Amino acid sequence: MSAARVRGLPPMTAKLAAGLLIGGFVVLFGLLGPLVVQDPSRVDDIGLTGPGSGHWLGTTQTGQDVLAQLAYATRGSLTVGAIVGVLTLLLSAFFGIVGAYAGGWVDEAFSLFTNVMLVIPGLPLVIVISSYVPDKSLLLVSLVLSLTGWAGSARVLRGYTLSLRNRDYVLASRVAGERRWRILGVEILPNLIPLLASQVVFAVIFAILGEAGLSYLGLGASGSFTWGTMLYYAQNGLALRLGAWWWFIPPGLLLALFGAALSLVNFSIDEIINPKLRNQTRAARRGWRMSRAQLEKAKEATL
Amino acid sequence: MGYFLRKLGFYVVALWAALTVNFVIPRLMPGDPVDLLLAKLGQRGSVTPETRHSIEVMLGTDTQQSLWSQYAGYLHNLAVGDLGVSVTFFPASVTTIIGQTLPWTIGLIGLATVISFFVGVGLGTLAGWKRGSWLDNVIPVTTMFQAVPYFWLALILLFALGSLWPVFPLNGGYDVYNVTPGWNGAFLGSVLYYGTLPALTIILSSFGGWMLGMRNMMVSTLSDDYMVTAEAKGLRPGRIMRRYAARNAVLPSISGFAISLGFVVAGSIVTEAVFSYPGIGSALLQAVGGNDYALMQGIFLVITLSVLGANLLVDVLYSIIDPRTRARA
Repeated sequence: MSAARVRGLPPMTAKLAAGLLIGGFVVLFGLLGPLVVQDPSRVDDIGLTGPGSGHWLGTTQTGQDVLAQLAYATRGSLTVGAIVGVLTLLLSAFFGIVGAYAGGWVDEAFSLFTNVMLVIPGLPLVIVISSYVPDKSLLLVSLVLSLTGWAGSARVLRGYTLSLRNRDYVLASRVAGERRWRILGVEILPNLIPLLASQVVFAVIFAILGEAGLSYLGLGASGSFTWGTMLYYAQNGLALRLGAWWWFIPPGLLLALFGAALSLVNFSIDEIINPKLRNQTRAARRGWRMSRAQLEKAKEATL
Repeated sequence: MGYFLRKLGFYVVALWAALTVNFVIPRLMPGDPVDLLLAKLGQRGSVTPETRHSIEVMLGTDTQQSLWSQYAGYLHNLAVGDLGVSVTFFPASVTTIIGQTLPWTIGLIGLATVISFFVGVGLGTLAGWKRGSWLDNVIPVTTMFQAVPYFWLALILLFALGSLWPVFPLNGGYDVYNVTPGWNGAFLGSVLYYGTLPALTIILSSFGGWMLGMRNMMVSTLSDDYMVTAEAKGLRPGRIMRRYAARNAVLPSISGFAISLGFVVAGSIVTEAVFSYPGIGSALLQAVGGNDYALMQGIFLVITLSVLGANLLVDVLYSIIDPRTRARA
């Protein structure tokens, strides 16, 4: 089992290393940053000062420290990402894997439900829902985001599970009299782990992006710090017109960096799921070609 | 034919689900939107009892009626195209507002999405064909663009090309002062000029996804046996790339096109907010800001309908391009 697990880990490529490094840095900043910075809401009379020795990333319109806000915002956004990641994993695994494995009318019903959820556009629905609720917690926003975002993963998982459940080794274990839940948990699930991992990574990216969009429109969780709320306040504080780039560049940049890091991790996971991406295919075949000299030699040898 | 009927059946179910979600949400939420709405309406003119009643029916706070008759009334109103009256743009009806704003959004997003799709698929084909080339190594950079939120990229572009170097206008859909809307050259030119930056935002942040998907499919396709055969036959590389590899590799991208539309619509709502573009996204936000539930529900419905319609179109097109889908069904 342990040997299989080690073999299942993606090879440490440059892409994966870069992704883990950047992602780890952002996570660390979100975890440890709020412990060392000042109070992000503390108002001061030095509004809109550029980056300097007192405030490394300058101040907002009301003299709040941008670095302090950024640290708390990172924590907030990552929290949303984590909650939605877990919820999406549970929902998509339930509707995707269980449905496909059970087959029959359960599969039909689950698949129909998934497809309907997939074509109903998520963000407009989230906007409508959140406009009815005046006071929202970060948890509620995450809940709504995961309710509208699990369907894509479920469809991918269903497709893969369908192909797995009819493979010979699964049929063999069924003939051998293994119980159904054991087949699902021990024979099928381990093969789905890379796919699940990549779907979770996608869910986290979409959740953080979705939350940022929602907060930017002023519909996010009330009284919380996320990258989106920072951008919302920057926009409302006319940071754009006043040229206060230190206010609206850092949150977006951090978001983009984190998203890119997760994508890089996903590339590496993709190469496990789809070995064709890993093999040097066409370029490698080019390399097998015989050189002109070799061709001559081969010709002489056969003649 | 069975395939199309199945598809049509699915979209009928999806449509019904969307309508029902739209019906259920206001009834599940806390608070009384009717009083909120009437207070707003009262500021602009007298409110007749009929108005109150129609709002109650629409929002489902009419306690005298059973839920079923409310539901029937709601479906009936939809069937005759009555979406209610907007509060924010009183006394215009919701249908009028949607009719005014929808063309802007469809023009902007439709065009930007199609351009982004073709650019992404084209570049992805080249990147997959020449693996390890500089174009292939650019892909991580384009995925970084994808991770950038639409609205933040819009802010940056606006800051750079609107404030710092004022090349493009800061907001709006056309030059309100100097041109009159209509089919004249000045107006169309102005629309193109004002739409360039929003469209650029959407294209920049979405073509990376198409490129990556196409590249990966190209790489997968290139390792298939019929590619070896094509090479062995000595066909020209350009022909192999276009007719053999790209043609088969593009299929998942096309079916993904439908699913991505939902995301594009979502991103464009925020983009419209940044550029104050006179599209349906801005109207939705105004509706949210003004507690205009009728307009909000109407817009949600129209967006859902458009996405469903586009999906249906892509499904039908796909089954024509790839006959295997019809055979499998």
